[in-house]
Amino acid sequence: MSVIYVLLAISLVVALLFFIAFVLSVRNGQYDDAYTPSIRMLFEDDLVKEMPEDTDLNEKKSN
Amino acid sequence: MDTTKCYHCGDRCDAQHLKFDKKNFCCNGCKTVYEIFRLNDLSAYYDLQSAAGTAPKAVQGKYDYLDTPDIVERLIDFQDDQFQIITLLIPQIHCSSCVWVLENLNKLSAGITHSQVNFPKKEVRITYKHQALSLKELVYLLAKIGYEPTISLQNYEAARQKTDRQLIYKLGVAGFAFGNVMFLSFPEYFDLYAGQGGSEFWLEQYKGLFRWLMFFFSVPVVLYAARDYFRSAYKGLRAKLLNIDVPIALGITVLFLRSTFDIALDWGSGYFDSLTGLVFFLLLGKFFQQKTYAFLSFERDYKSYFPLAVTRISPKDQSEESVQLYKIKKGDHLLIRNEEIIPADSILHSGSATIDYSFVTGESIPIAKSAGEKLFAGGKQLGGAIELEVVKPVSNSYLTSLWQSNVFKQEKTTRFQNITDSIGKRFTIAVLSIATIAAAFWMVYDPGKVMNVFTAVLIIACPCAIALAAPFSLGNILRIFGKHGFYLKNTQTIEQLAQADTGIFDKTGTISSTHKSSISYDGLVLNEQEASLLKNTLRSSSHPLSRKLYAFLADQNIGTLDDFSEVPGFGIEGFQDDEHIKVGSANFVGRPDEALQNDTAIHINANDNYKGRFLFRNEYRPELAEVFETLTYDMNLDLTVLSGDNEGERNTLEKLLPGNTRMFFKQKPEDKMQFIRALQSRDKKVLMVGDGLNDAGALAQSNVGIAVSEDINVFSPACDGILEASGFGKLPEYIKVSRKALGVVKLCFILSLMYNIVGLYFAVTGQLQPVIAAILMPLSSISVVAFATAATSFVARKIK
Repeated sequence: MSVIYVLLAISLVVALLFFIAFVLSVRNGQYDDAYTPSIRMLFEDDLVKEMPEDTDLNEKKSN
Repeated sequence: MDTTKCYHCGDRCDAQHLKFDKKNFCCNGCKTVYEIFRLNDLSAYYDLQSAAGTAPKAVQGKYDYLDTPDIVERLIDFQDDQFQIITLLIPQIHCSSCVWVLENLNKLSAGITHSQVNFPKKEVRITYKHQALSLKELVYLLAKIGYEPTISLQNYEAARQKTDRQLIYKLGVAGFAFGNVMFLSFPEYFDLYAGQGGSEFWLEQYKGLFRWLMFFFSVPVVLYAARDYFRSAYKGLRAKLLNIDVPIALGITVLFLRSTFDIALDWGSGYFDSLTGLVFFLLLGKFFQQKTYAFLSFERDYKSYFPLAVTRISPKDQSEESVQLYKIKKGDHLLIRNEEIIPADSILHSGSATIDYSFVTGESIPIAKSAGEKLFAGGKQLGGAIELEVVKPVSNSYLTSLWQSNVFKQEKTTRFQNITDSIGKRFTIAVLSIATIAAAFWMVYDPGKVMNVFTAVLIIACPCAIALAAPFSLGNILRIFGKHGFYLKNTQTIEQLAQADTGIFDKTGTISSTHKSSISYDGLVLNEQEASLLKNTLRSSSHPLSRKLYAFLADQNIGTLDDFSEVPGFGIEGFQDDEHIKVGSANFVGRPDEALQNDTAIHINANDNYKGRFLFRNEYRPELAEVFETLTYDMNLDLTVLSGDNEGERNTLEKLLPGNTRMFFKQKPEDKMQFIRALQSRDKKVLMVGDGLNDAGALAQSNVGIAVSEDINVFSPACDGILEASGFGKLPEYIKVSRKALGVVKLCFILSLMYNIVGLYFAVTGQLQPVIAAILMPLSSISVVAFATAATSFVARKIK
C-alpha cells in the first residue's frame, strides 16, 4: 500500500476536523454578534477604585 | 447661557440643577442613577465614557401586567425551577459604558446571575433566579438605572426568530470543497505532457483516486450549497420568467454532469474546480449583499410599540386589573398613565388628557383634550392618569385598520424586478442559441465534438460575474450610505431609488422638524413684572407646553409665588404680591371665541385683562427649499406634499417650495396610499418620504419608502430605508449616487460579457480545457468585483 493513501487520509481528516470546528462555532452563535466582544475585551477585570473620602455618599453607606 | 452639563446624561442643566457629590445633575432621576451606581461599586461606568447615561423615566405601574404568569411565559426564552432567561431589547444601549453596566447587573441585585449584551442588536440576555427577583422587579430595576426595556405586543405575538445561519453554512461547505478540489486539481494543472502521451507515471497511477475525491467534494456543493439557485430558477420558470438564476442553475448542472461523465469515462479531469469556485464566489456575493442593521427594524408595525397589556378598570368594583391588549372590548374602561400609549380608539372619560401623537403624525406638540372628546389609538398620554372608554377594539381602530390592507401582506422584492434579472432573459436566450448553433455546426464537421462544444458553451457562459456585479456594487453603496446615516433594507432599494421619478413627501415630522418648534407671541406687550410672573408661574407647571414655553422665554428673576394653582386640562394660575396671571387654554382665560381656532396656543391673562397668546408652530427643516429645488430642477422628479393637516400652512409652503410642487391637505392614511397607487397605475415610480405610523400604508405601497427619523433607535414605521433627520439635506445626493451606482452595474455587465466572449471563443472552437475554465472564471469574477467596489467607492466619495 502506497504512502499516498496514508497522506491523503491524514490531510482529509485534518481538513474535516477544521470544517466540523467551523460548523460547531457557527452553531454556537459565535458569528451572531461579532461586535460586542471587541468592546468587552477592553474592560478591566476590576474597575472599582477606592471611594474618595469626601463624598456625600459615605454617610449613607454607613447607615 | 448656563453650560453646565449633567454628569450622568450630558444634557444641559438649567438654573435649578442639583448638586451632589460635587457633580451636577439635570434632574433627580439622573442623580438617583448615579447614587445607585456609586453605592454598588459601579461608578467605573463614568470612567469608560463620560456622561453615558440616560435620564430614567417614571414608569410607575406601567409594567404591572408582568405579574401575570401567562404573559411572562410568552416573553421568556427559558425557565426551570430556579432560573429564567429573558432577552430584552433596550434601545438606550449606545456605548461601551452601557455594555459594561448591563453586564455587571449582578452587582445591583443578587437575583441576577448572568447578563450578556448583544451590542449591534441592542439586546441583553439576562439569567436570573425567579424566586429572588421577578421579571417585573427586573424590568423596574432596569428602568430605574435608565435602561428601560421595550416590551411590546410584537414580542408577545411573534415567536422568537431564529437567526438564519444557512448562508454561513453554505459558504463554509462551498469554501471547504473549493479549497480541497483546487488542491487535488494541481497535479493535473502541472501535468503538461499528458496531452502528448508523456504523462508522468506517478500521476497516471493515482489519477482516478484524485478525480473521484474531487467528485465527492463537489456533491454537497451542488446538492446543498447551490440549492437556492436551483430553487429560484425553478420558481422563475414556473412563473414563466427567465431570471438570472436560470442560466446559473443550468451552468452548475451541466458542469457537474459533464465533469462526472468525463471522469467516469476517463475523458479528462472534469471541471470540478470551476464548479466549486463558481458556487463559492456566488455565495460570497450573496453574503456581501446581505448587510443587515441588526438594531434597526424595517418591518415594524403598530404592534411593536403598543404595550402588551393595559390597566382595565372593572365596572363592578372599580378595581384595577391588567388585561392583555387583544382582550379589550368595546365599552371597557381603561386607565392610561403618564407616558402610556392609547391602544384603541376611545372617548375620554375623566382626567386631563394631553396627547402626543408624534408616533402617528409626526406632530410633536401635544394636544389637550377634555372629557367627552374622542381619542385615537396611537397617541401617548403626557401628564396625569386618564380614564377612557373604548369605542373600537384594537384591531379595528382608525390607525390599526390600515394594516388590514393587502400591501402589507406582500414582499416588495417580489413586486419589482431587479436589474440583474431583467437582463437574465436576454442572456439565457442568447447563450442557448449560441450553444445550439455551435452544436449544429460541429454536427456537420465533426459529430464527435458536438456534446463537448454544447456543454462547454453552457459552462463558460455561466453568468457568475454578471450575478456578482449588482451584489458587490450595490452592497458597497449600501454600506457607504449606512456610514452616513442612511440605512437601507436591501440593495434593491438602491435600484428603486435610482429609478424613482415621482417624490411624495409627508409634511409634519418629515419636511418639518419635530424637535424644533418656533414660538411666536401675538398680542399686547407684557411689562416686566408680568413677564417675570409668567416665567415663575410656568416654572411650577409640568405640562409639556409649559416646559416648552418656559425654555423659550428669556431668563427672569427667580422668585417665589405667593400662590399657585393648576386646573388640569385647562391652565395654571399664579399669584405674587398684587399681581396675578392666568395661563392656559382660551376658555380658561375667558376668551372662548379664540378657542375655535385650530392652532396650538397658550393664552395669557394678566390681572383679568386678556393679553395675547403664544403660538406654537413646527419649523421647516432649513435644507427643505434646497432639497426640493435640486430634486425638481436637477433631477426631474415630480414632487407632491401630502399632509394630514388642514390648509393652514399652504401659503408658507407655496413660498418656500418650487412652483410646480403639488400640495394636498387633509389626507387620511388611506388617501395617501390610494394616491400612490393611482400614480403607479400610470407607470410612475414613486418615492415616498414619511415618518409616522400614518404614512405606513403609503411607505409600503410606494416603490421605495423612506422614513425620516429624529432618533433611529426609537421608532420608525415599516419602510425600505431609514434616513436620519439630520441628513435630510443629503437626500438628493443619495439619489444621485444611486443613479450612478446603477451605471456602474451596467458597466460591470459589459465587462463580464467581454470575458464571456473570450470564453465562448474557446468553447465554440472546441478547445476549452478545464484549466482555461478554471482560470477564466475566477479571473472574470474577481476583476468584476474589484471594479464594482472601486467604482462605487469613487462615485460615492462626494457624500459628506
